[in-house]
Amino acid sequence: MSDQTADRSRVERPDEGASRRRRGVIGWADPRGRRLGGWAFILNRLTGLGILLYLFMHLVVLSLLARGPSAWDGFVSIALSPVFLSFDIVLIFGLLLHGLNGIRVTLVGFGLVVDRQKAIFVALMVVGALALIVAALRIIEVG
Amino acid sequence: MSAAIDSHRDTHATEGTGRPTRFRVFRYKQGDRAPHFDEFSVEVAEETTVLDALISIRNRQDPTLILRHSCYHASCGTCGLRVNDQEVMACVTKVADLKSAVVKVEPIANQTLVADLVTDMVDFYARFNAIGRSLIQNSDWLPEAGRPPGVETYRRFENCIECGLCLSACPIVASDPRYLGPAALAAAWRAIEEPRGLDPEAVLQLTDDAQGSWRCHAAFECSEACPANVDPAGKIMLVRRRLAADHLRSIFGGRHS
Repeated sequence: MSDQTADRSRVERPDEGASRRRRGVIGWADPRGRRLGGWAFILNRLTGLGILLYLFMHLVVLSLLARGPSAWDGFVSIALSPVFLSFDIVLIFGLLLHGLNGIRVTLVGFGLVVDRQKAIFVALMVVGALALIVAALRIIEVG
Repeated sequence: MSAAIDSHRDTHATEGTGRPTRFRVFRYKQGDRAPHFDEFSVEVAEETTVLDALISIRNRQDPTLILRHSCYHASCGTCGLRVNDQEVMACVTKVADLKSAVVKVEPIANQTLVADLVTDMVDFYARFNAIGRSLIQNSDWLPEAGRPPGVETYRRFENCIECGLCLSACPIVASDPRYLGPAALAAAWRAIEEPRGLDPEAVLQLTDDAQGSWRCHAAFECSEACPANVDPAGKIMLVRRRLAADHLRSIFGGRHS
């Protein structure tokens, strides 16, 4: 089956300057004209990057523990401020969207319920919105 | 003949009887440093399609406008364009349905421009060759060729009209030129499902890498853009299901299906 050998060199042609119209990363993030699945893709990428950024910030915050109780207590007092708590709501939004859409992507990615992917996305986002409201109310109570 | 047909179609964009609509049309000629947009006003009737309007522009306002079209009924796949940021077949897209004061018209994305609204489809066809599924199989055309049981007739890639809209809409193709892309992977699934002389395991292996079926990120824009209901994203997921099942079997000591 030599004629079935993957020949990826034939897929990409040399760059031809202005005549090459590859959209690049803009093609990921440009929401114009995109449909539900496209929006799910964009939001998944953005929340993924946000969660990655949060992970590093979280590690920096945890390192305060190594600097003693005063450093940690100082941070906790900031963390309980209304502005900081509102960031918690944004974080939970990102986690819910990324995690719940991840369920859809995993199911669809293994060829399951592919023809229901839109309905699954909407259903999961409804669950996410309800969970976000509950979480936001609890956070506001703490504040 | 083509000029006569174009002249007939031009009557769908009739001066003095329609609603004036502005068209922002992508322009590029070989050697230009960068593309730009030109604006035209066309009077459109209820039934005027984007292709009618473009032909009217070429016939009445700017004969240097280069576009490609043929069948006028979304069968040949040649007039695929990005209209108001969405991939469509220009010949069946009515301007009135766009409900837009300004209609932006661009060539399909992620491919090499020839001029204005025309792209080179070589990249697109090369993807089919890359998976070992040549564009036209001899068995499609030879009357003496037999048909497997249950197959009433051969069709070219089943419903795919090779318009390239899926490649234009896919956000992954936008940043990864080595990704096989939706059309070729959908064709791969057809080869796996109904090999017609190809080795389905070999085709399956070609889809089983980082630039194959696993590169898809489930945006489903290809299936949304497809004018022929091929549902490339759905087919990619079927390829993955088969690959996942095979990998699970191999992990647990079973045989590949």
